[in-house]
Amino acid sequence: MHLTEQTQHLFLGILAVLIVASGAGWLLKRRAVTRPGLGPVVENLVTRVNAWWVMAALLAATLALGFHATVIVFGLISFFALREFVTATPTAAADHRALFWSFFVILPAQYFLVWIQWYGLFSIFIPVYAFIFIPIRLTLAGEYKDFLERTARLQWGLMVCVFFISHLPMMLTLHIPGFEGRSAQLLLFLILVVQSSDVLQYIWGKLLGRRKVAPVLSPSKTWEGLVGGVLSASLLGLALTGFTPFRWWQAFGLALLATLLGFFGGLVMSAIKRDRGLKDWGHMIKGHGGMLDRIDSLCFSAPLFFHFVRNWWT
Amino acid sequence: MKTTVTQFLVAGTVKVITGIRAVWHGCPPAGARPRVYFANHGSHLDFVALWAALDTPQRLRTRPVAARDFWNAAGIRRWIACSVFRALLINRTKATREDNPLHDMRAVLAGGESLILFPEGTRTLTGETADFKAGLYHLAKAAPEAEFVPVFLENLNRILPKGEMLPIPLLTTVVFGTPLSLQPLEARDAYLARARDAVLGLRHWHRAPEVSADSP
Repeated sequence: MHLTEQTQHLFLGILAVLIVASGAGWLLKRRAVTRPGLGPVVENLVTRVNAWWVMAALLAATLALGFHATVIVFGLISFFALREFVTATPTAAADHRALFWSFFVILPAQYFLVWIQWYGLFSIFIPVYAFIFIPIRLTLAGEYKDFLERTARLQWGLMVCVFFISHLPMMLTLHIPGFEGRSAQLLLFLILVVQSSDVLQYIWGKLLGRRKVAPVLSPSKTWEGLVGGVLSASLLGLALTGFTPFRWWQAFGLALLATLLGFFGGLVMSAIKRDRGLKDWGHMIKGHGGMLDRIDSLCFSAPLFFHFVRNWWT
Repeated sequence: MKTTVTQFLVAGTVKVITGIRAVWHGCPPAGARPRVYFANHGSHLDFVALWAALDTPQRLRTRPVAARDFWNAAGIRRWIACSVFRALLINRTKATREDNPLHDMRAVLAGGESLILFPEGTRTLTGETADFKAGLYHLAKAAPEAEFVPVFLENLNRILPKGEMLPIPLLTTVVFGTPLSLQPLEARDAYLARARDAVLGLRHWHRAPEVSADSP
């Protein structure tokens, strides 16, 4: 599979945005020399933009290599995310075998189901089979202390890091009449809208942010940032209508849904992080934190976007 | 040469699996004097992780101290200990005049190489850190020219707990603290308690002032 002409155009657009962002970073860096105190902020901004270059290039390469490469790459993303999730949550010695199963059997099996495009089992494998398997395996370890908490943590980790994320490559298997061979554009649409919503919320928040939306869970999120970011990212979704099988108002509506869910996904993951006393999930992506810090907004939006499209367009 | 290549590959593999992050909290990665890295012990992976977290030039000149009764068994274990890690195998039972671990350790330090030591003597099951054995104190007295660096190993007892064969891939942080020197006239137990506190104190190194990182 090669990138469709429209996908190439989308990536050219991303390239243009990144060039502008890097240019702005370069200008700010020159100004920061004369204004002490601005240095670290700009330094961090430049690091973040550099990481975006790498992530955009990896995404382009992955999609260009086709469906199976995409499955493998998102499988790895799930693996890194689950690794960060389990590292950050307390587990007992008795959880060891169940954890081993989660990393090396359940996770690969879920992506195998994507690979062979077995939608029926794909959609219930973790919520039903893994959900039942985990507590059974834990009873075999013979430890009852915090049993429900330990089971729930592991089930949650599998749902968020593996099940939800596996809906992203599964999007390539959707057959929409009149949109054959272009399903990768759906994936790109979702990622673009949700990730730019994150960036736009940050920018609007920095420019106008006053009132905190969730002061306890996530002090940096403001109403101004939320509304501005979600609306502008949804307008971006509308602007991308031509790359999708949707009409303009549908593209806007789906983008709005995805960005709102993205916001709450980020908030939920932030609540877990704060409870564990952590600032970041990990250190994989320079300037951003861990893998989960980058994909938290996709966790919740991916499955719903997938099912909306699957129900009404295929 | 062959050992160097093996070491390079092993260190690389361990780094990928455990996503090792070295935090040089109290000393730089390289020092002018030979070092004794001493750490908490909860897993077979401990010395591998500590060793892999070192910068390559230091790693090539650092040898883990390991129990001869366990690691000298025939086959793969011995090959791992001797050929891959150049472990200094010592006698865990009673020292004799001909077979004194202290003597061997001093010889390595005098040769300008560093050591990795687990003063608890054995791995603990619970993840708690046991009291330190006297060996560390005797070594500190016998080798004042060496730097004694406390090291805290995070999560390794979760990656491969005692009694398990298969590791799970969690992220590891290896925190290096400020070198600890034996005070003149310091009593054995006081020094050992101080050394243990120095290791455990590194547990909270990351409880730094809160900065939000919710931005993209």
